[in-house]
Amino acid sequence: MEICKVSLWFVQECTLHTASNVLLVALSHGFSELFDIKRQNRAQVFYFTNIAETFGLFRLQLWHSRHLLTKKTLATQPLGILGFRSVQTFSLPDLPYDYGDLEPAISSEIMHLHHQKHHQTYITNYNKSLEQLDDAMTKGDASTVVKLQSAIKFNGGGHVNHSIFWKNLAPIHEGGGEPPKGSLGWAIDNNFGSLEALIQKMNAEGAALQGSGWVWLGVDKELNRLIVETTGNQDPLVTKGPSLVPLLGIDVWEHAYYLQYKNVRPDYLKNIWKVMNWKYASEVYEKEFPES
Amino acid sequence: MVVANATTGIASPLKCALTLSQGFQGSTRRLQWRKNERQCARKTGHGVITAKFDLKPPPYPMDALEPHMSRETFEYHWGKHHRAYVDNLNKQIAGTELDGMTLEDIVVVTYNKGDLLPPFNNAAQVWNHDFFWESMKPGGGGKPAGELLDLINRDFGSFEEFVKEFKTAAATQFGSGWAWLVYKANRLEVGNAENPLPLDEDKKLVVVKSPNAVNPLVWDYFPLLTVDVWEHAYYLDYQNRRPDYLSIFMEKLVSWEAVSSRLDSAKARATEREREEERKKNEEEEYGTANSEAVEMYLESDDAVSD
Repeated sequence: MEICKVSLWFVQECTLHTASNVLLVALSHGFSELFDIKRQNRAQVFYFTNIAETFGLFRLQLWHSRHLLTKKTLATQPLGILGFRSVQTFSLPDLPYDYGDLEPAISSEIMHLHHQKHHQTYITNYNKSLEQLDDAMTKGDASTVVKLQSAIKFNGGGHVNHSIFWKNLAPIHEGGGEPPKGSLGWAIDNNFGSLEALIQKMNAEGAALQGSGWVWLGVDKELNRLIVETTGNQDPLVTKGPSLVPLLGIDVWEHAYYLQYKNVRPDYLKNIWKVMNWKYASEVYEKEFPES
Repeated sequence: MVVANATTGIASPLKCALTLSQGFQGSTRRLQWRKNERQCARKTGHGVITAKFDLKPPPYPMDALEPHMSRETFEYHWGKHHRAYVDNLNKQIAGTELDGMTLEDIVVVTYNKGDLLPPFNNAAQVWNHDFFWESMKPGGGGKPAGELLDLINRDFGSFEEFVKEFKTAAATQFGSGWAWLVYKANRLEVGNAENPLPLDEDKKLVVVKSPNAVNPLVWDYFPLLTVDVWEHAYYLDYQNRRPDYLSIFMEKLVSWEAVSSRLDSAKARATEREREEERKKNEEEEYGTANSEAVEMYLESDDAVSD
């Protein structure tokens, strides 16, 4: 149950009676719905603005609890209404399948922890650092702004990478593991010789990665070339080149496989291809290079 | 050149032996890694006896740290991960100039000022894990005593403050890595690596953290205590809950005896190194005087000739 804390600030003086009328009217119309951007409740905004004019309010400033914006159904857009600022916050995206749907390639236990603990923690810490960043920017505190960059890269990168990762995977009964067709299939053969060669290359690079990181299949959208690249920690693929677009990423942090595969990362890499969602990769590729 | 005899297994004298002048302050020579490796590979035949590192077992049985660190964790962490580092290191150094060097020397040399050479990861991880097992003991935890506690109080304010700082470093080491309590005794520029805390001048205890395989040997510090924060170290027992793992480590596993004895040898080595530096400085001064006398003599004879 989200709690909405509202405080009204008046530039021009109004009677308390007026203020409480506004508050009552707003609340009676489901005030919390005002923030449910997904349902595009613009009507509420207009209504509220009209009330403000009616009651001679020059400005209305709304302070809200963070909880409102982290509702799962919420899209994330800054609230530009009535001229006040807020920090965009992020929430855990739902998995497009059940936790057990990727078995036996990836266990339900791992999917549970990976999604609800690890990814959620990145999001929580990302939101926290964004708030701190907003604060520092408002104050003009340049050194804090710079100091926060690594936390933003770690946690924001973690959110970005994992959001892609969940879409990269699909249960077998929904096409997971089905090889790519169409333009991506051709591009793979052109760039790597064959799908098997690509898989071998990615597995080799993923296994050789020291410590924590990701192995990616990406496309260089300027050169129209497929690439295999690794990044360390939670660095997104774009840190290896501004024109690189990720098509598939494989998480090789130990948390991604340890409970099931222990130290044998190569087995994890071999098996994950059975649930690889090539459809998603093809969609991303075709968006960059639409077939004429 | 005589190639190793396969039946007798006697090693041929390898031309590519590299000797480090001394310890950490030694080699400023660039390691001709790849070139020498090829030369050595050609000369080494089958059955060459080379120095190999062993997988040292922890100084306690594998179930001795239950329930804080499970036997299963040890089976994988020591039996698979640590063993793989040892095996791969031995393969990598066989027949190269690193063969025969001490583990610490290999770590420092292959760190190569941060431009890591291939054996670094394995060498450092072998060293780190040996150090880690010995940092723990059954019935560990509690508080240190004696000089170690005095220094902790001096350099951190209190034992509780130290624990907080150590756990924070370990919890905020992003990705894989280690957190350390070290004795920092160096004042000079380190020849082989960048010193990350160059401003502190006194000998003191410091908490540092390092990524992946890096350890404080490369910064010329004396490590006293470490905790492994690679996920494989705690995932089977604690899953994502690294802070819980760290709390249990501090409360139940740390061997303060090991830390104290390491502090003693660190201080002894630091003092010995200072004496060495003093001695060398004095030698240079003496040599300098002798040199100027020689010059004077030369000038005198020059005058004689010109006249």
